[in-house]
Amino acid sequence: MRILVVEDEARLLRNLAKALREEGYAVDTAEAGDDGLYKAESYDYDAIVLDVMLPGLDGWQVLDKLRKRKRTPVLMLTARDTPRDRVRGLDTGADDYLIKPFDLSELLARLRALIRRSAGEARSQIELNDVVIDTRTRLVTLRGESVTLTAREYAILEYLAVHRGEVVTRTALYEHLFDETDDSLSNLLDVHVFSIRKKLGAELIATRRGHGYCIEF
Amino acid sequence: MFTHSIRWRFQFWLAFLLLCILSGFGFTAYQLHRTNQLRQTDQELERRVAAIGRALRESRPFGQRPRRPSFEGEFVSPWDPGRPNSLTLSNAPEVRPPPRSVVLPQQILNLFDESDPNGFYFLVWSPSHERILQSTNAPANVPIPAFQDIGTQISTRMRGAFRERFYFNTPKECILVGQSIRADLAGLRRFALWLAIAGAAVLALGLGGGWWLTSRALQPVDEISVAAARISGGNLSERINVADTDSELGRLAVVLNSTFSRLEASFARQKQFTADASHELRTPLAVIISEAQTTLARQREPAEYRESFEACLNTAQQMRRLTESLLELARSDAGAERLEYQNVDLADLARESVEGIRRLAAEHQLAVHCQLDPAPVYANADRVIQVITNLLTNAIHYNKTHGEIKIATRAENGHAILTVQDTGQGIAPEDLPHVFERFYRADKSRARSSERSGLGLAISKAIVEADGGAIEVSSHVGVGTQFTVRFKGKESR
Repeated sequence: MRILVVEDEARLLRNLAKALREEGYAVDTAEAGDDGLYKAESYDYDAIVLDVMLPGLDGWQVLDKLRKRKRTPVLMLTARDTPRDRVRGLDTGADDYLIKPFDLSELLARLRALIRRSAGEARSQIELNDVVIDTRTRLVTLRGESVTLTAREYAILEYLAVHRGEVVTRTALYEHLFDETDDSLSNLLDVHVFSIRKKLGAELIATRRGHGYCIEF
Repeated sequence: MFTHSIRWRFQFWLAFLLLCILSGFGFTAYQLHRTNQLRQTDQELERRVAAIGRALRESRPFGQRPRRPSFEGEFVSPWDPGRPNSLTLSNAPEVRPPPRSVVLPQQILNLFDESDPNGFYFLVWSPSHERILQSTNAPANVPIPAFQDIGTQISTRMRGAFRERFYFNTPKECILVGQSIRADLAGLRRFALWLAIAGAAVLALGLGGGWWLTSRALQPVDEISVAAARISGGNLSERINVADTDSELGRLAVVLNSTFSRLEASFARQKQFTADASHELRTPLAVIISEAQTTLARQREPAEYRESFEACLNTAQQMRRLTESLLELARSDAGAERLEYQNVDLADLARESVEGIRRLAAEHQLAVHCQLDPAPVYANADRVIQVITNLLTNAIHYNKTHGEIKIATRAENGHAILTVQDTGQGIAPEDLPHVFERFYRADKSRARSSERSGLGLAISKAIVEADGGAIEVSSHVGVGTQFTVRFKGKESR
């Protein structure tokens, strides 16, 4: 899952990026509104964390312009807490709203919910026959036995599971799982998928030559 | 409580005034009427008393001595035997002369209609208090008046419903003429009743009119109070509807409206300031909380903990600076802080401020040029230094590298003038009016700098204006910005 964080307070931005990366997200950052809008329009992020008070374009303008092009889930982050501001935020097209100072755990939960909802999932558990993925605790079980996956492996599995039934191209996987700071090599993907198959069974992820990967259910 | 209502108090006073005026008027009218009527009666009585007196005087022959009493009984006038007009001769005491017999001429008797019990009657007493003469319609028990001086002075007395006038003539006979004024008194009572009814009607009419007038007069007041209630209920944008701006209440409404406008503006400013302040405080709080939570989420290297602590500490320091600035502003908003004022030289204060920022200027590779002419000023030195330092740090932060800062002081028309000039990028004309607003940052493209609270100029302005000075800014984009501060000159005391 790849997330864009747009926040002008450098320390908060750095810290949020760190926290999200530790949660296994790929994180891009932007300190100004116009930069954030450019990135948001260029990539298909799974979610965007957008501060309202921004230099250049403010959060409302970014959201307004973005909504004309994309449906990316947006979580607005602001220090303004009047109901008027909240209503305006949600009406402009924000999917959720969080007031500073916020609890990190709440931010993470809301992000998970946003990503889940945009993929059409209502629950935090995804069941694929014997394999159950809990996106809240990031735990994977095979026939009730818990399986240890690396952060990367889990990210690939979760993305494919959320988009099960579709063919996910390698490019899409790259875009959603690696951020601008990663200098990954393409064959790393095959290594990770190989490792997942070894742990959860070869039949779980199908390879479509020339297209990508797919979990068929 | 209705006694506090203006309308009721107005009604009360109106009723009181009307009552005073009406009762005064009624009483006077009644008195005049009564006096008038009595005077008429008195004149009639006087005419008759005088006539009888004259007749008695003429009926007395010269040198006639009072005769012995020879008979008693009623004397019947020889001219008109059947006439009940009488002359009483009563038994005389042994020593006193007997009452004489007197016959009143017809023309005098014509003055008395003896068949009318309410008509004029007369009585004449001898000096020995015997009735010499009396008309038949005279009441039975008329007491003789107390003796007064003999003379022409006619006295008057009221005896029940009878008005009587009398006088004593030379032989100390008492001549009294009276009349029942029962009918007059009844007329007077009717008149008084009529006055009372008319007065009550006028009072009722007056009070009704007063009620109508106060209703009309107080209606705008009611409207004002309803509007004011809505405003105090929280709807500060509400205004009183002013139809007639020239009337007294119209002027009041205009004054109130302008007060409400200023109140609303200041309330909006206050609200904006509070919102800004909470915003400015929430962001660093968010930094501290998320920094701490991220760090605590898992086991870390000591270096990471250190980094996290430093970030928290820096952010907390920023919050401290901000809260200090906010407190400063709140203090200057509250006003009336007792400070020590003295006559000082603005040039000295400027020199001191420049020394304080010289290192910071050197770090930014800026040259500071001073042209400090003596400028006496009556002020609190610490606060003036705070203002100058604020302006200088601004000039440093918004300057270009290798730029310069010019600071000058001079005395002018009893004021002390300070100018601080930088060679920065200048302030756009549309931002210029807002630079003294709290939390206003002209330079929006620059990411928020934790060093600058956005309150420095607002604080400077508050300080300068509290001391009766003024602060102005002028700027040319690309050339630089100049701040001019005008302090009050030396106190002449």
